[in-house]
Amino acid sequence: MSESVVLRTVGGMLFPYILVYGLYVQMHGEIGPGGGFQAGILIAAAFILHSLLFSPQGTDRLLPSRLVDIAMCSGVLLYIGTGVLCLLMGGYFLDYSVLIPSDPAYAEALGMTLVEIGVGLTVASVILTMVRKIRGEAT
Amino acid sequence: MDPVLLLDVILLLLAVTTAITAMAIRDLLGSVMLMGIYGLLMAVIWADLFAMDVSFTEASVGAGAATILLLSALTRTGTRERTGGDHHLPALVVVLITGSVLIHGTSQMPAFGDPQAPAHIHVAPHYLSQDIGKVSQKSSDGATRRDFGDHVPNTVTAVLTAYRGYDTMFETVVIFSAGVCLVLLLRPRSPLRREQADE
Repeated sequence: MSESVVLRTVGGMLFPYILVYGLYVQMHGEIGPGGGFQAGILIAAAFILHSLLFSPQGTDRLLPSRLVDIAMCSGVLLYIGTGVLCLLMGGYFLDYSVLIPSDPAYAEALGMTLVEIGVGLTVASVILTMVRKIRGEAT
Repeated sequence: MDPVLLLDVILLLLAVTTAITAMAIRDLLGSVMLMGIYGLLMAVIWADLFAMDVSFTEASVGAGAATILLLSALTRTGTRERTGGDHHLPALVVVLITGSVLIHGTSQMPAFGDPQAPAHIHVAPHYLSQDIGKVSQKSSDGATRRDFGDHVPNTVTAVLTAYRGYDTMFETVVIFSAGVCLVLLLRPRSPLRREQADE
């Protein structure tokens, strides 16, 4: 926990903006530079900043480590699940165009957004877990 | 002198100097900080080469996440390097030979930005025009239709998650496995196990 009032005030003000920027990079990855991987790291960085400036227990209350573990698994499941859903809809594995038969081009973009969210969830929670475990915070 | 070339040379010199200094200094905290600066410089170099997605990743991973990880590791260890700076001669020879082979290899690579380079005339035109997938083949009216109906202007994302979806899927699985290994290796011992270990 940081003793400096300036650091804690500015960091606390920055925290929501980093989160929103991470979400923007996540959802904007199909249009501009970015995507799930970068967004995941940005979102993890927001929580790491929070735990560096305030107490690790506070961050743990904000985002319990059990929830991080669940997000880690559900990200991979979302990616593979999208592929399996394409199989069930009658296409190839990860062939998103079958998701919406009436508009295959839009379905491709939708499938890509879904798997990018999966990548983002996994990357964010793995990076957060890594830093927490190495610093010996979360139990 | 070409201002772009001047910028390239300055960035390259800065990156090399930072990397060598990061290895040379004995203060580990300073070394980690220099590695962060090195990551940021590499991000600028990637942006200079018009590789925006790589630049973005380098800035967030190389300068951000890796620095934080190394700093957290430093809180567990000391901040001074313990071993002396003795030089290992065979290692230097191996590194010099490998380096010269790699530099020799670059002499046969096409020039930067050469439109006739093999990488630019093989599949890249199809990636850029986004006309490989099934969607474009389905168009029966003869009009050229792009795979994602112009919903995905960023070709890098299109290649990563659609044209090479398997690759990205297993990358995600690799990251996930790393996270699971960390959770398993660094979990606190349960009270029962601790009692058994004490006996």
